[in-house]
Amino acid sequence: MTAYARFSLLFLSLFFTAPLFAEDMETASAETVISDIAEEKTLQDYLAELTEAGFREKEELVLKVVETDEPETLPVMQALLEGDLYYVKDGNTLVYKTSGDPVTVFGGETMTGLGSRDIKKISVNNSLRTLLRAQISRVELFSKNPQTRKTAAINLLKSADELDPALLDEALSQEADAGIKEILLLVEGIRQLESDDSAVRLEGITALTGSLYPEVRGALSNFANRAEADGNGKELAAAEAALSKINAMLRFNSIFENLYFGLALGAVLLLAAIGLAITFGVMGVINMAHGEMIMLGAYTTYVVQQLMPANPGASLIVSIPAAFLVAGLVGVAIERGIIRHLYGRPLETLLATFGLSLILQQAVRSIFGPLNRSVVTPEWMAGTFEVNPALALTYNRLYIIIFSLLVLAMLALVLKRTLFGLQMRAVTMNRPMASSMGIRTGWVDALTFGLGSGIAGIAGVALSQLTNVGPNMGQSYIIDSFMVVVFGGVGNLWGTLVGAMSLGVVNKILEPWAGAVVAKILVLVFIILFIQKRPRGLFALKGRSVDMG
Amino acid sequence: MNDSFKGGPLTRLIMNDQAGRRLLGVLLAISILVPLSNLLMPEGSILHVSTFTMTLLGKYLCYALLAVAVDLIWGYCGILSLGHGAFFALGGYAMGMYLMRQIGDRGVYANPELPDFMVFLNWTELPWYWYGFDQFWFAMVMVLAAPGILAFVFGALAFRSRVTGVYLSIITQALTYALLLAFFRNDMGFGGNNGLTDFKDILGFDLQADTTRAALFFSSGLALMMGYLISRYIVTSKLGRVLVAIRDSESRARFMGYRVEHYKLFVFVVSAMLAGVAGALYVPQVGIINPGEFSPINSIEIIIWVAVGGRGTLFGAVIGAILVNYAKTYFTGAFAELWLFLLGGLFVLTTLYLPKGVVGLWAQIKGKMGGPGSGSGSEKAEGQA
Amino acid sequence: MSIQAKHIEQPTVLYLNGVSVSFDGFKALNSLSLYIAPGEMRAIIGPNGAGKTTMMDVITGKTKPDEGTILFKDEIDLTKYDEAAVANLGVGRKFQKPSVIESLTVFENLEMSLKGGRSVWAALNHRLTAEKKAKIDEILTMIDMTGRAHDMAGSLSHGQKQWLEIGMLLGQEPQLLLIDEPAAGMTDEETMKTAELFKMLAKKHSLMVVEHDMDFIEALDCKVTVLCEGSVLAEGSLAAVKANQKVIETYLGR
Ligand SMILES: Nc1ncnc2c1ncn2[C@@H]1O[C@H](COP(=O)(O)OP(=O)(O)O)[C@@H](O)[C@H]1O
Ligand SMILES: [Mg+2]
Repeated sequence: MTAYARFSLLFLSLFFTAPLFAEDMETASAETVISDIAEEKTLQDYLAELTEAGFREKEELVLKVVETDEPETLPVMQALLEGDLYYVKDGNTLVYKTSGDPVTVFGGETMTGLGSRDIKKISVNNSLRTLLRAQISRVELFSKNPQTRKTAAINLLKSADELDPALLDEALSQEADAGIKEILLLVEGIRQLESDDSAVRLEGITALTGSLYPEVRGALSNFANRAEADGNGKELAAAEAALSKINAMLRFNSIFENLYFGLALGAVLLLAAIGLAITFGVMGVINMAHGEMIMLGAYTTYVVQQLMPANPGASLIVSIPAAFLVAGLVGVAIERGIIRHLYGRPLETLLATFGLSLILQQAVRSIFGPLNRSVVTPEWMAGTFEVNPALALTYNRLYIIIFSLLVLAMLALVLKRTLFGLQMRAVTMNRPMASSMGIRTGWVDALTFGLGSGIAGIAGVALSQLTNVGPNMGQSYIIDSFMVVVFGGVGNLWGTLVGAMSLGVVNKILEPWAGAVVAKILVLVFIILFIQKRPRGLFALKGRSVDMG
Repeated sequence: MNDSFKGGPLTRLIMNDQAGRRLLGVLLAISILVPLSNLLMPEGSILHVSTFTMTLLGKYLCYALLAVAVDLIWGYCGILSLGHGAFFALGGYAMGMYLMRQIGDRGVYANPELPDFMVFLNWTELPWYWYGFDQFWFAMVMVLAAPGILAFVFGALAFRSRVTGVYLSIITQALTYALLLAFFRNDMGFGGNNGLTDFKDILGFDLQADTTRAALFFSSGLALMMGYLISRYIVTSKLGRVLVAIRDSESRARFMGYRVEHYKLFVFVVSAMLAGVAGALYVPQVGIINPGEFSPINSIEIIIWVAVGGRGTLFGAVIGAILVNYAKTYFTGAFAELWLFLLGGLFVLTTLYLPKGVVGLWAQIKGKMGGPGSGSGSEKAEGQA
Repeated sequence: MSIQAKHIEQPTVLYLNGVSVSFDGFKALNSLSLYIAPGEMRAIIGPNGAGKTTMMDVITGKTKPDEGTILFKDEIDLTKYDEAAVANLGVGRKFQKPSVIESLTVFENLEMSLKGGRSVWAALNHRLTAEKKAKIDEILTMIDMTGRAHDMAGSLSHGQKQWLEIGMLLGQEPQLLLIDEPAAGMTDEETMKTAELFKMLAKKHSLMVVEHDMDFIEALDCKVTVLCEGSVLAEGSLAAVKANQKVIETYLGR
């Protein structure tokens, strides 16, 4: 085991056991009173003896230590097992020592200024190690914290064969939690595979069928190999059937996972493309600076976070309207300053806005520097959701999917249900008519463009959670966004949704099979071919308003 | 083109094109004088053009040819390709592959057959598509064929299904982006990230030698003049007028009975080939070709050369390419930060205020001063794409 | 080559039978049937949105009909061809909006329209022969633009652009001319001159003229078809059509 793994194991056990001790305090103190009367020896005392004891004595002391059931009991034993338990020669203070300075066992203070000569390891031999392992399992398996028990049970899957069967039986009979019991039964199943009795072995196979723990799969395939070597046809067939069932489930898992990744990528594409669906799809304006609107949104997130560093969660929420405003206002300025003069000249618009994208990139580079900035992800966005032992889905992707759909729904609402949405559609359908009805078409144009840009800004907030924030980040989205809008069908939000999601999923499904880059190329080539077959996209509106001829 | 029906093709090419004549004269002079001054004048003399400067100018000439190629389709036919850098790069790679094979066993790994990067990747034999590139003639055929075939296939598909305007622009951009990603891959067999470099010689002449550099410079000038004349021949023929008709009113051209897709395809392929030649001459002068040449921004920069010069006038494209690239060289050296602001500003300002580029501006100034007609008498700078 | 047999006996230059086109469920043409005899001039009138332009789109291959038969000269199924092919078969079309090539001269516009030499190769090697020049001059005289031959088409007035476009049609030497609202934007005098021109053309070509201007129709003095909501409402002489009760209700009466 590497130092890092050892440390994290220690850390984990500390972490998981800590809350348990808090609630144990009252009961424990009551018990201590009794034992104090009988022996009057505490954990400290045993440990003090440990520093001087021989191996034989140490074994007895370990058993006594187990009985103390103090908060420090488990960590001490684990440290002892890992060889991380030391004492300071001067004064016999017990310390943990991994890579950095030693930390006291009682009180958790870091001791500085000690050289390697000043402390001494409390050594263990193999038989002590076996004892420690068994005792640690025992302590953990009967812990009051279900999470500790679960972790212990999962750890047992790895070392099922070294386990004391009596301990397992006892744990099984006492375990109330169905989930943990299931794991313990798997441990039993793995042990049964080792049995001399063929019937028991078969029973073991049955018990293990359908479990997705990698250890179970490993045990089963080892067993299958042995059975094949022994020419044991019946057991081999049973084991293989179990394995193929597990493999089928794993395949399903990976399909599901790809789908999830694909939807998440689709959500990113959707977020990036929704704004474009407005500026390009509704207004027919090619805004090559669209990616830079995303970038502005991301930088806004970064700035807001710098302003309220203590609270990444709240700053993220604040960033959403802030990014919308920043990108939206820049959008309005672009429309009034440049695009307004170029209506009806799409290619010129394309060039002018491209120039703008260069200016914006360089502006951001000059202000924030050329290096990527990273935005802190709030805690509630980190973490994973465990679907089954072989499949864990990260929350941030889930949030992005939900968020993108929310943004789309809001936009659809704005377009369908508000006066502004109505005016916007009126202007795009029949400009002279709209203006003769008193709609200020110039104003509507500016706001529409601002809306599209603002949404791109919101996309930037979301993307800041997934990728680094840098001056060039917008560029990577511009082609993809156009592909989505064109693929989905210009002027059609529904098409944008379907376009984004299907491109995302197709990309991720191709990825494991073709590699990320080739998958991307294939998707691009597919779209190029697709546009040639259906120039108006998936959900084309057949009408004069979008007529390009 | 008032007098287009007088005289034969030669008159049409040379005599009716005052500005073009001047341009050709200047180009011819530069193509001859620069190499001569580099080779014959002593190093310290003010008349000496350093090899560095000559190479830089040679690069500009290649860019100018590329700009002519883009102007041919954008200025005259209204096809805004945002992927022309891809054709340039393909021509460059074809030349690069020849130069690679010329290295022979002088590479780091001294493999007589395989280029260094293949040895590095543990490849044991040359991929089939590298066959033939040890022959100069074959490489030259590929310089035309690779971009030509790609343009043909892509154009045939796009023009037949009537993908026009910004849609076409965007898929051309996607095309070059896809190629960029592809050429970055090591297993494509084009040197991946690093591209092709460390060239030694061309046709047996040392690439580092001044004489070789001078010859390359001269060839670039010659290629530019040829490219100009070919393009000029096309745009002054009736075909050129059909192209303008397509640019101004595609459906009118169709209803007159012209197969618009054939015309577009023809100029698109010609233009791609010209771009390929430009790339092929560029690579030995700069000494490297890598996937970066496929990046969309490169392609879009070509557009601004043409726009600044004045689209729809071939010599405008040449002037624009040289102006903008000179500015780029100057600013990226002196104020690197400023360059992107400046380039961006150029895009915005030319589209807003200089739709005809500096050539149009010049004509306007001359017109104001009372001069009848301009040097560009038979050129057309107007019309929107 | 027709898939469906014609069901009338007389020879026709244009035969439309049961042609329907819909856009997103909206029927722009609704089982339209119309026959034009060789050498005939036909005026088409009808309210805005009646489907007149769409009918021309369908004939010239711009829009594919959902159903129906369109035959040219009794045997060529026009639905199988695209715009360029239809044009080369001998159907010329003038658009509602004048569309000339603005950045070419009047002369060049006409030169481009001259029949033949449509391939890329032919265009590249095109030489202006004396014969072609004579033809252009003839058209220039006909449309009264000899003096402006070398002006940019973009600098012409609206009415002149209409005339130039008609001239370009003539250069194509089509058998059938489809003309969409030629009088729009013309002065009264120009309108009458146009009517005269058409009557002269009708001697050699078949014409189908869409127009709103009743005086113009009157001057054309030919059979009139009234189109409404994508199908034929009435057909006959102008006087007869004007007297038709249905026509008065739906079109003229308003
Ligand atoms: N490409 C199209 N998409 C949608 N609707 C169309 C299209 N072309 C024509 N229409 C509709 O078909 C109807 C007929 O139009 P049109 O043929 O132009 O009428 P007219 O020329 O008689 O005034 C109109 O209502 C028009 O809106
Ligand atoms: Mg009409």
